[in-house]
Amino acid sequence: MSVVTDSQARSEEKIRVTRSRRNVAWTGIGALVVVVVLALFPYIVYSGTTTIMVQAFIVLTLACMWNLLAGYAGLVSVGQQAFVGLGAYFVLILAINGIAPFAALPFAVVGSGVAALPMWWLVARLRSGYFAIATWVLAATVMLIIERFSSIGGGTGLPLPGFTGWDPTLLTAYTYWAGLAVTVVALASTYLLLRGRLGLVLTAIRDDEVAARSSGARVGLARMLVFVIAGAGCGAAGAVLAISQLQVQPAAVFSVQWTAIMAFAAIIGGLGTIEGPILGTIVYMVLQQTLQSYNAWYLIILGLVAIAVALFARRGLWGLIDDHLHIRLFPVGYWLWTPESTGRRGLGRRGPGGRGIGPRRGGKHG
Amino acid sequence: MTEPKARGDAWTEERGARNERTSDEGRRRLEGAPEASGRGSTPLLEVRDLTVHHGQLRALDRVSLRVFPGEVYAIIGANGAGKSTLLRTIVGLHRPTEGAIVYEGKDMTRVRPERRATGGIVMVPEGRRLFGSLTVEENLQIGATYARPGPWTIERVYELFGWMRERRTQRTEQLSGGEQQSVAIGRALVANPRVLLLDELSLGLAPIVVQRIYAMMSQILASGLTVLLVEQDVSQALRVASHLQCLLEGHTTLEGRPSDVTPEQVEAAYFGLAPGGNGGAGSPPVSRGGLGGIAPPGQAGSQPLWSGSTPSSRES
Amino acid sequence: MVWVNAIIQGILTGGLYALFACGLSLMFGVMKVVNLAHGDLAIIGAYIALGVITITHIPALWSFLIVVPIMAVLGYAMQRTLIQSSLDRGALTTLLVTFGLSVVIENALLQFLNADSHSLGAGSSIITKSFSIGSQIQIAYLLVLIFVVAVVVLLGLQYFLSASRYGRMIRAVADDREAAQMSGIDYRHVFGIAAAIAFGTVALGGIAYGMYSQFAPTTGTDTILLFAFAAVVIGGLGSLWGTLLGGVVLGVAQQIGAQINLSYEVLAGYLVFLAVLVLRPQGLTARKAQS
Repeated sequence: MSVVTDSQARSEEKIRVTRSRRNVAWTGIGALVVVVVLALFPYIVYSGTTTIMVQAFIVLTLACMWNLLAGYAGLVSVGQQAFVGLGAYFVLILAINGIAPFAALPFAVVGSGVAALPMWWLVARLRSGYFAIATWVLAATVMLIIERFSSIGGGTGLPLPGFTGWDPTLLTAYTYWAGLAVTVVALASTYLLLRGRLGLVLTAIRDDEVAARSSGARVGLARMLVFVIAGAGCGAAGAVLAISQLQVQPAAVFSVQWTAIMAFAAIIGGLGTIEGPILGTIVYMVLQQTLQSYNAWYLIILGLVAIAVALFARRGLWGLIDDHLHIRLFPVGYWLWTPESTGRRGLGRRGPGGRGIGPRRGGKHG
Repeated sequence: MTEPKARGDAWTEERGARNERTSDEGRRRLEGAPEASGRGSTPLLEVRDLTVHHGQLRALDRVSLRVFPGEVYAIIGANGAGKSTLLRTIVGLHRPTEGAIVYEGKDMTRVRPERRATGGIVMVPEGRRLFGSLTVEENLQIGATYARPGPWTIERVYELFGWMRERRTQRTEQLSGGEQQSVAIGRALVANPRVLLLDELSLGLAPIVVQRIYAMMSQILASGLTVLLVEQDVSQALRVASHLQCLLEGHTTLEGRPSDVTPEQVEAAYFGLAPGGNGGAGSPPVSRGGLGGIAPPGQAGSQPLWSGSTPSSRES
Repeated sequence: MVWVNAIIQGILTGGLYALFACGLSLMFGVMKVVNLAHGDLAIIGAYIALGVITITHIPALWSFLIVVPIMAVLGYAMQRTLIQSSLDRGALTTLLVTFGLSVVIENALLQFLNADSHSLGAGSSIITKSFSIGSQIQIAYLLVLIFVVAVVVLLGLQYFLSASRYGRMIRAVADDREAAQMSGIDYRHVFGIAAAIAFGTVALGGIAYGMYSQFAPTTGTDTILLFAFAAVVIGGLGSLWGTLLGGVVLGVAQQIGAQINLSYEVLAGYLVFLAVLVLRPQGLTARKAQS
C-alpha cells in the first residue's frame, strides 16, 4: 500500500508517500471480521437486540451521509429528512403495487438519488445559512405534497403491505441484514469516494474555493454529486426505517428530528472524519437507550454535547482520539516520509479530514 | 523608560547582527548617521523585531522601525514586500508571530484594534474601505464616534476638501476614486489621531489626483500629526517623507532620510539588486526614468513639499 | 368577495410575519449569520409572557412591556457569549450551534413544560372581536392591531438605523467590519445590540402569535422560522420594508391557498417561496441580483 518514489534530482534520497502511518491492511481484515460477526447476530442474539441494531444502522447511515455533506462538502442541510421520507414512501408505493419491500429497497435508493437532482437545482446557488433553511423548507414542502395523496395514506399514513404470512423472527432477521447491508455499502462507498478524486476535489474546495476553481476543479459538480449521494443514502435509511416500522407515517418519516439526530451524531463523532459517524452513532444509541424513559432528555443532552463539540472540539470524539493516537481506520489522506523523519511522525498529512498543512481554523466555511 | 540607544555605530552593529538574514547586497544603511537630526529622543511609535505570518508564509521578518513625533515616515517596496501587512499589524488587524508594537511607550501588541484607534493610531486603509451604503457625512460621523479631543472636526474636513460639503448626503459608493480617498482621509482625521497611517494612497488613482491629495499633507501635518505612510509610488513617497524605509520580501533593505540616499541605493533596495557602488563605473546606468523618475530631493536641490511650501509642479 | 376577504386576511397576517422576519433579516444583514433558533426565541417569549400573565394577571396586551426587555437583554448576553464564539469559529460552526440550540430549546420546553398548545388569549376587550365589511369580509381587530404594531416597529427600526448613532454604527459594521474597528468601534458590542433588537422584535412577534393563535414547543420551527425566512427571501434582503412586503405576499399566498382547499394553506406559501427562489432569488425589492 505504499508508493516509493525516488526524487529525481537526488537519487540517494527516498521520499515515500503512504496512505497511512502504519500498514493498515489489518484494518481491512478487521472490518471484514466485524461485518461477518454482525451478520451472524440474528443467529446468536435475541430479536430485541437486533431491532436496536437496526436503529443503529439507520442512524449510522444517516450520520455518514450528513458528515459527507457538512464535513466534506461544507453543505449544512437541515432538510435531509425529505430523503428519509422519500425512501420510505418509495418502498410503500412499490409495496402497494405488489413489489416485495426488500426488493423495493434498491429502487428507493435510486429514486431518492434522482429526487435530489431537482432539489439541488433549487438550492444550489444558496450559501450556508440560506442553504440550510431552504432545504428545511423544501423538506416541509415535500411532506405537504405527499400528504395530499390519500392513496398513500394522506396525512395519517399507511401500514406497509407485503409481509403477510412472514415469520416474525425471519422478518426481523431479514430487516437486520438489510440494515447491515445498507450501512456497509454506505460506509464503504463513502470511504472509496473520498479516497479518490472526489475527496481531493472536496478538500481543495474546503481549503480555498477560488483556487480550486481556477485549478479546474469542478466545484459545482462535486457538490452536486455529494448532495445526490447523500440523498440516496438517506433514502436507503428511510427505506430500512419503513421496513423496520412496518408502517409509513408522514409526520414520523419527514420529521426534522431525523436531521437533528444525524447532525448531532456526525458532529459529536467528528465532522470531516470517516470514523466519526461510527463513534457518534454509538454515543447516540447509548444515550437514547439509557434515557429512553425520560422522553426528550436524550435529545437535550445530545444537543448540548453537540454544541460543546462544535465550539471546543471541532473534530469531535474521533478527532480527539486521532490527535492522541494517530489512528486512521479508514485512511484517506497521505503521509509524507522523508529520510529525516523516518521512524518518527510523518511530516504532514494531506487529504480529506487530514490535518495537512495550511490554515485550519474553522476551515474555509468560516 | 530607558533611553533608546544612540544611533551611532553600536546601534548600527546591533541592527546588523539582528538582520544577518538580510542579503548584504540589498542592505544599505547610513554609517554613522547623526543621532536624530531633529528626530527627538522618544519614538511615538516603535516596531520591534516584528515577524508576521500569513499561514505558512512569512510576510514580515524581524522588521523594526521607529517613528518620532512630527515625522512623515515612508515605507516603500514592491508588491508583496510586506508593507500593508506591517500597517495592518500596527493597527491590530493582524497578530504578529513575534515582536512588539510600542506606542507612547506602552506595549500595544495585545491590544484590540478598536482600542488602538481610540488611543490615537488611525489608519486610512488600502482601497479606501469606506462604508458604501452610508453617506459622506455619515462616514465622517462614524470616524468621529470615538474621537479624541483635537483640532479636527467634520467642519474642518469640509474646509480641507472644498467639494465635500455639497456632496455630503451622497452615498460614498457613488463617488469617484479620488473623492473616496478624500473621504477616507477625512474619516481618519476627525478621530484626531496622533499617528495617521496611510496605506497606498495612490493606488488606483490618477497621478493628478494623487498629487492633489498629497498636497493636503502639509495642512494635515500642521495640525500636529505624525504620519506613517506606505507607498508604491516611490517618487511621491520621497517627495513627502522625512524618513524612509524600504522593505523587500518582508525585511528591511534600506533606511534613512531621503536626502541621504541615492536613486541607485533606493533602486537596489527596492529590487534587491547587487550593489554597484555609488555612481562608479560598475554601477548599472540609472537614468532619470530608472524608477519612474525618481528625483531625490536632496540631489535635485528641491525641498520636500510639506515643509510649508506650496506644491511645485511634478519633477521629471 | 370571499377572495377579497382572503386577500385582506393575508395582508394583515403579513404584518405578523414581518415581525418574525425583521429580526432574522437584521441579524443576517449585520453578522452574516442565519440564526436557526430564531423561531424558538419567539416561542420562548410567548412562554415567558404566559408565565408573566399567570403570575401578575396583567392583560396579555401589556405583557410585552416586561417580556421584550427581558428578551432583549437575553439576546445581548447570548450574542456576546455563545453566538460570538461560534462566529469566531466560522459560518459552519454558527449554523451547527444555532441548530443545536433550536433542538435543545424545543426539547427542553417539551420536557419541562408539556407538549400542549397554549394561547395567551386576548382578554375580554374589544380586540377579541372583529368587524365586518359587507357579508363576507370579517376582520379581527387583533389582527389589525398586530399589523399596526408591525408597521410601527418597522418605522421605529428604520428611524433607529438611519438617524441614530447606534443605528449608524450597525450599518457601518454591516458594511465593513474591519473599517469600523479602525474607527474605534467594537463590533462585538454592535453585534450584541443587533441581537438584542432581533430577540426583542421576535419576542413581540411571539406574543402576537400567542394572542392570535396557539403555540406549542415546536411552533418555533414549524411555523415561525420557516415563515420568517420565506418572508425575507420573498421580500428581499437588505430592506425592512421588503420584509413587510415579503410577509404580505406570503400571507396572501397562504390565504388564497386556504380558499382553494383548507389544507393547502402552508403549502401555497412554500410554493410561492420556491418560485421566488427560482425566478428572482434576490427578492422582490432588491435592486440588483446578489450572488
